[in-house]
Amino acid sequence: MIEIDGITKRYGDTTAVDAVSMTAQTGTITAIVGTSGSGKTTLLRMINRLVEPSKGEVRINGTPTSAIKPHLLRRRIGYAIQGHGLFPHHSVARNIGAVPQLLGWSPDKIRARVDELLDLFSMAPDEFRDRYPSDLSGGQQQRVGVARALASRPDLLLMDEPFGALDPIIRARAQDDLRRIQRALGSTIMLVTHDMEEAIRLADRIAVMDAGKLVQHGPPADIIATPATPFVAEMVGEADRPLRLLSLIPVTEIAEDGAADGPPLPADATLRDALSACLWTGRSALPVVGASPAHVTLDAIRARVGGHG
Amino acid sequence: MSAPGVAFALTGLALLLAPFMTLAANRIVAGEGVAPWAVAPMAAGLPGLLAIGVGLMLGLVRALPRLRLGGAVLGLAGAVWLLAAGGPSLLEGADQYARVSPGAGFWGLLAVFVLLMADALAQLNPGPAARAGLLGLGLGGLAILLGSGALADLSVAQEFAGRSDAFVAATLRHLALAFGSLATAALIGFPLGLLCHRRAGLRGAILPLLSFLQTVPSLAMFGIMIPLLSWLAATLPAARAIGIAGIGFAPAFIALVLYSLLPVVGNTVAGLASVPPPANEAARGMGMTPPQRLYRVELPLGLPILLTGLRIVLVQNIGLAVIAGLIGGGGYGSFVFQGLNQTATDLILLGALPTVLLAMVAAIVMDILVDLSRPKGRA
Repeated sequence: MIEIDGITKRYGDTTAVDAVSMTAQTGTITAIVGTSGSGKTTLLRMINRLVEPSKGEVRINGTPTSAIKPHLLRRRIGYAIQGHGLFPHHSVARNIGAVPQLLGWSPDKIRARVDELLDLFSMAPDEFRDRYPSDLSGGQQQRVGVARALASRPDLLLMDEPFGALDPIIRARAQDDLRRIQRALGSTIMLVTHDMEEAIRLADRIAVMDAGKLVQHGPPADIIATPATPFVAEMVGEADRPLRLLSLIPVTEIAEDGAADGPPLPADATLRDALSACLWTGRSALPVVGASPAHVTLDAIRARVGGHG
Repeated sequence: MSAPGVAFALTGLALLLAPFMTLAANRIVAGEGVAPWAVAPMAAGLPGLLAIGVGLMLGLVRALPRLRLGGAVLGLAGAVWLLAAGGPSLLEGADQYARVSPGAGFWGLLAVFVLLMADALAQLNPGPAARAGLLGLGLGGLAILLGSGALADLSVAQEFAGRSDAFVAATLRHLALAFGSLATAALIGFPLGLLCHRRAGLRGAILPLLSFLQTVPSLAMFGIMIPLLSWLAATLPAARAIGIAGIGFAPAFIALVLYSLLPVVGNTVAGLASVPPPANEAARGMGMTPPQRLYRVELPLGLPILLTGLRIVLVQNIGLAVIAGLIGGGGYGSFVFQGLNQTATDLILLGALPTVLLAMVAAIVMDILVDLSRPKGRA
């Protein structure tokens, strides 16, 4: 469990982060969302003490971060940044094994861990182990960057705009990968992004920062349905609100028994996919793939998401 | 057709009209020029002349850089052949004080063929190992040529023959000046560069100061150093005991170190700054201590630029060390300034030629090291 307790950072007269408190449960993804200058990156960098807080405390599983030497603390916390920050003069294997090496793991153990991670990120170890970062595509570099951050099985993974440099298609794939790997490993992740779409897609909890203050912290559905301030509403986007909410709800949640015409939706589709298919094909009900015949109707979608204002 | 090749061929042919060697009554007076075809009897000189001509022609073919390289080597061999044949033939029947020297034609052709060789090598773009091999071959060939005594009749060789002990001493002194000042400058400059890199305020103060030092002309630098060190030697017996004096080795050495600091510190700062900021940020974020970051990330990535700084310093100091001869610092400069005083051109050459050779070899070797230090994975 990560507890951020009244943490503040001042630079001269300006307050970059103003008394932020929040808690992240082990095994969850928290997205810190805000515009540039909102203090979100400073908040993240105070967790691994790349920035020393002016006031307040961060506790990881009960231990205050101030009780550990900064470089030793950082070896226990994964850190992935925009533009990956891979060492250009080291092979992929040496990049991924960097933190285990700092921690003094045996070469055999490091090698096994590197191969395990490359497999996890769908990169064949024999093919990629000895390549250099400049030989990789942007998406592959980013995956190696995240693999490196996860190499020592850290208590916590911090990510600062990790997908910012990727094009939209690769980015969506990288987000899916991260979600899958996070579930498989049970990692605790805090991720900074300016992209609400990304936050909704990935996070269990979203923290919205505005001018150094934490203005709202809660599950994505709450942030979308009941924004605490006009700023949060603006971040969510008024016009996109219903669609974003629909994208959080699986079709199985409102599917009813009975058949419907036309091509069926996959079982893991969201209501957003269902609405989109209804509008595009002009149908008012769609079959859903499953053990027994099931369908979802336009009316049910409307009833599920509507009723605001 | 290679455009530079055409220029080299035309220049080379024109140079064949210039005096290839000179014959003088003694080592002081100016000699009389002798044309290439007249330096030796036809039978002895013809192979050399032919080799020069063919070498120039081979340099014309743009598509075949290996052939151009061969042409350069053949041309050089021809020029040296003619020189070796001309020495004894011109001296035959001359007065015992008579001297023969290479003339404008020889030096011009030497320059043309060296340029042709450089041009062909630039086309071939050999790797570090191949360049080291070529350098070894070149130096080996030169050693055999000088050792064989084929050029012993030339005036420079005569000057050498009378001073071989002094030449060895001057060589050691010159190397001590150039490499000693390089090592000292590196020992001071690397830590200073690192400090400048970490603290922007210090950088703003130190780099302009070093840059100012660089602009002081070398003679003025000695001028400042001589009274300063004389005073030091006079007041501190300890300073005198370790060899500090107004003239001699100490002021020359210190001046060279001062001149070296800007390239060393400047390139250290530039090398460390060339490290991609995300790599540095990641290194910090993953828990590397500052020394780990320096040795694992910053130095390996900055090394080529750092070594380039040392290359500049070494080549610069080999040249500048000649000035040390002026204030009794020794080295090849002592021959140069003795020669100037005696108007003995060949004595000047005895100091100048090895200096040029040393600087060229140092430049080639350092370039090879810079190439080797380039990290894999970074084109």
